[in-house]
Amino acid sequence: MIRTLLITAASTLALASAAAQTLTITNAKVWTGTEAGTLDSAAIYVRDGEFISVIENGTAPRGGSPVIDADGAWVTPGIIAPFTRIGIVEVGAEDSTNDTRASGTAFSVALRASDGFNPSATTVPVTRIEGVTRIAVAPANGGSMIAGQGFIADTSGAPDSITQDRAFVYIDLGEGGAGLAGGSRPAAWAALRGAFADARGYPGRFMAHNEGDTLTRTDAQAFGRAVRGGQLILVNAHRASDIRQVIQLKAENANVNIAIVGADEGWIVADELADAGIPVIIDPFSNLPASFAQLGATSRNAERLIGAGVLTAFAHLGDNSHQARLVLQSAGNAVANGVSFDDAMAAITTAPAAIFELDTLGSVAPGSTADLVIWDGDPLEVMSAPQAVIIEGEVQSMESRQTKLRDRYLDLDESERPLAYKR
Amino acid sequence: MKRALMVSALAMVLAAGLTACGNGGSDGESKDDGDRVSINKNPFPSTYTPYPSDTVLLKDATVLDGIGGIIESGDVLLVDGDVAEVAEEIAAPDGATVIDASGKWVTPGIIDNHSHLGVYPSPSVSAHGDGNEISGAVTAEVWAEHGVWPQDPGFPRALQGGVTSMQILPGSANLFGGRGVTLKNVPARTMQGMKFPDAPYTLKMACGENPKRVYGYGGGRFPGGAPYSRMGNVAGYRMAWARAVEYKRKWEKYEAEGGTAPTRDLELDTLMGVLNGEILVHMHCYRADEMALIMDMSQEFGYKVSSFHHAVESYKIADKLADYGACSSMWADWWGFKMEAYDGVRENIPMVHNAGACAIVHSDSDIGIQRLNQEAAKALSDGRRAGIDISKADAWQWLSANPAKSLGVFEQTGSLEAGKDADVVMWSGDPFSVYSQAELVFVDGALMFDRNDPTSLPVMDFELGQPGEGDLK
Repeated sequence: MIRTLLITAASTLALASAAAQTLTITNAKVWTGTEAGTLDSAAIYVRDGEFISVIENGTAPRGGSPVIDADGAWVTPGIIAPFTRIGIVEVGAEDSTNDTRASGTAFSVALRASDGFNPSATTVPVTRIEGVTRIAVAPANGGSMIAGQGFIADTSGAPDSITQDRAFVYIDLGEGGAGLAGGSRPAAWAALRGAFADARGYPGRFMAHNEGDTLTRTDAQAFGRAVRGGQLILVNAHRASDIRQVIQLKAENANVNIAIVGADEGWIVADELADAGIPVIIDPFSNLPASFAQLGATSRNAERLIGAGVLTAFAHLGDNSHQARLVLQSAGNAVANGVSFDDAMAAITTAPAAIFELDTLGSVAPGSTADLVIWDGDPLEVMSAPQAVIIEGEVQSMESRQTKLRDRYLDLDESERPLAYKR
Repeated sequence: MKRALMVSALAMVLAAGLTACGNGGSDGESKDDGDRVSINKNPFPSTYTPYPSDTVLLKDATVLDGIGGIIESGDVLLVDGDVAEVAEEIAAPDGATVIDASGKWVTPGIIDNHSHLGVYPSPSVSAHGDGNEISGAVTAEVWAEHGVWPQDPGFPRALQGGVTSMQILPGSANLFGGRGVTLKNVPARTMQGMKFPDAPYTLKMACGENPKRVYGYGGGRFPGGAPYSRMGNVAGYRMAWARAVEYKRKWEKYEAEGGTAPTRDLELDTLMGVLNGEILVHMHCYRADEMALIMDMSQEFGYKVSSFHHAVESYKIADKLADYGACSSMWADWWGFKMEAYDGVRENIPMVHNAGACAIVHSDSDIGIQRLNQEAAKALSDGRRAGIDISKADAWQWLSANPAKSLGVFEQTGSLEAGKDADVVMWSGDPFSVYSQAELVFVDGALMFDRNDPTSLPVMDFELGQPGEGDLK
C-alpha cells in the first residue's frame, strides 16, 4: 500500500545543486496530457528542467545519472490550480497577514497581487505536497469591482518562483461586483465601460485631469494591455444573464481575451460560450442555489460545459488559499458526475495552461517544463497522494509545517521531555 | 378552613384542565397531582413518522455494519422500517423486494452532527441568517429548531450524499449559542415533521476567537462588551453555570417541599437540563489547551461535554480526550482560516481514533455534508501513510455510530444491527472512492432517494419553477 520510491545514484540534495541536471523516471504509468494519451509503462527523460523525451518501455540511461523507478505508479504533469490566493494570506481572519484585498486603497487595476506574494508562506508547501506545482493567484475585491492583477507561480517556495507576473486582470461582474460598483449590475457595467474608455484613451484623456471616468491615471495605464487583448481578463460571473453580458462584451471587443470564473449557470449558455471561445474556471462542488445568481447550479455543470466544447478548468473556489489543494478532489467528483477521467485531468493541467497561455506547462511532452508528480494510486482518488513532486526537474521536499506538527504529536509520550523539544 | 378547602378544590379543577391540554397549558407548565408546577420539556414535539416501506433485501453487497464489522459478500434485510438482519446469506421473505447489490457497498446512513442546514439555508441572503442569536453572549434560551427552514435546498443535496440524520446547531458567536436539534433527513412541511423522535436536546457552546471577536470587538465600539478575551469567555461560562446550579437547586427544593414555584427562566431551563443529564453539550473548540480547560470546568459544575466540534488540535491531547470520554467532531483537512485553526493536520481524525478517543467526521458546510464519506477516506489514507492502520470498517464509525452516540440516538440508529432504524445507504461502489456515489438512501426503511430514478430526488419549494429545479437536473 505505502510505497517508498527508490531514487538511485543521487540524493535529493545533489540533484538540487548539480549544474547540468538529468533525471529519468522509469516504469511510469504516464498521463501525458498530449495526443499520446496514457502510456502504461514509460520512461520520462528530463534535462535542465525540461522533458527531453517520453518513451514507452524506455530504460534507465547508463552511467551515474539519477533515476527514479516509479514501479508502475501513476505519473502526471504537475497539477495547476487555476484560481487561488496561495501565498498572499497566511491566516485569513488576521488582517495583518492578509494581502488578498484592500478596501482603503485608491487603486484597482494597478494592484499587483505579486507585490504581496510570499513564497515562504505555509500554504505553499501544504499545496505542493498534494501535487499542485503551479498556481494562479488572484487578488480579491476590496474596494473595487476590479480587484487588480494576478500572477502565475510555481510552488517550490523559491524566491524566484513567479512564473508569470501580471498574467491577468480580475474583475467581479456578479453580485459582489455590483455591490462594489455602487449597488447594481448597471452600475458595474457602466463602470466597466468607463474603465475600457479610460484605458484606451490613456494617456490623452489624462492630459487635463488626473481622474478618468472610472480609473485613476495609474489604473488606466495598468489596464491598457488588457483592453488591447495583450492580457487575460478573468471575470467572476455565475448567472446565465451575466455570462451573456460577458459574451456580448467579447463580441463588441473581439480582440479582448476573456475567461470566466464561477459560471455555475454556465451550462445554460454552454453553446454560446463555446461559440465565443470563452473558457471557464468552475468549481465542480458547486451545486447549491447559494445565491440568486446561482439558482441553476448543478453537479452536471462540468459535464455539460465540456460536452459543449467549452475549454473548462477546475478550481476549488471555497477556501482557495489554504484548501486550493482540493482541486484534485473536485476533479474526481466531476468524474463521478459524468466527466471522463481524461477531461477531468485536462481540467487541472492542460486546460488551465491553455487559459493562461502557459505553453510549456500542463503536459508531459518533449520541450515542456518538467513539472510532474508520481502518485501512490489513481491521481484523482481521495485516498491517493503524491510520492514525489518534481518542479522544473527538481525533486521537491515533501515536508510542510503540517507534517512537522503531525510528527511531533504522533507519540504523546512526555515522560522524558516535553514535546516542544521534538522536531 | 372552609375557604382554604375551596381554593384547594379550584386548584384541582385547574390542574385537571391543564392536564387535559396534553403537553402543558398556555403558560408552558402543568401541575402534577401534588399541585406542583412542572416544566413541559417537549413543547414542539416531533410529528415525524416513517414513510411506507417495503420489505427490502439487499443481496451480495460489501456490508459495513458501522461498528467495525465487514462482510465481503453479505445481505441486509429491512423489514417494517427496521434493520431485521445482517448476515452472509439471508433467504428472501415472501413479498420482499430483492435488490442485487453485488459490487455495491451497504453502510449505515451518514449522520452529520454539525450542520447549519435550515438555519443558514440556501440561498444565503440576508433574510435567511437565522443561525445565530448574536444579541447576547449567553443565549442558551434560543433553540435552533425555531430557525430551521425545512425548505432549504441543502437537505436533498445532503440526502444524495447518503446523510440520513443530522444535528442542526446554532452558530458559534455566543458562549452559549442555544439548543441544537436532531433531524431525520426527510423532507417535511414543518421542522417538527423532520424532528428525530425522542432524540435528546443538545446545547451549543463555543470557545475561543468567535465569542471574544463578536462581543469584545463587535459593534464598532471599544470595548464592545464581555467577553473580550479568553479569560472573559471562561468567566462567562462559569457565571452562567453558577446561576444554573442555583436555579436547579430552587427547582429541586420546590419539587421536594412545595411552596412558590421558581420564576421560569428559559435560559436556565436549558442549562439545568444539561446539569440533569438530559441535554448533551456540543462545544465548538479548536485549541487543545482550551479543550483541557473546558473538561475541567465541566467537572467543576457536574456535566459532561458530549463532543468538541472542529477540534482542530485534538491530536495534541488525544490521550486526555480518551480519558475524559469526549468525542471530537472534525474536518479531514480544513485549516488556517484563523489562528485557532492554524495548527490543523491531515491526520487529526486517525490520531484521535488511534488514541482510543471517539472520532467523528463532521461538515459544518452545505457542500462538505454532501461527501462526508470522502472526508473520512482522506483522513483514513493520511493516517495510514503516517503508520496508523485503521480498517475501512472501523473508520465508518466516524460517520454513523460515533455521531449517533454523541447525539444520544445510538439506541435507534448509527449501525446495521437488528432492531435499529433502517437508515441505510447502498453505494455504487466502495464509498472510500471518489468515484462512488450513494445510489439508494433509505430512512426508516423508506426509499427516499434513488439515483437511477429522476423522480426520486426531492425538489424544495424554493427551487420549483427556477432554472433546473434541483441539483440533478
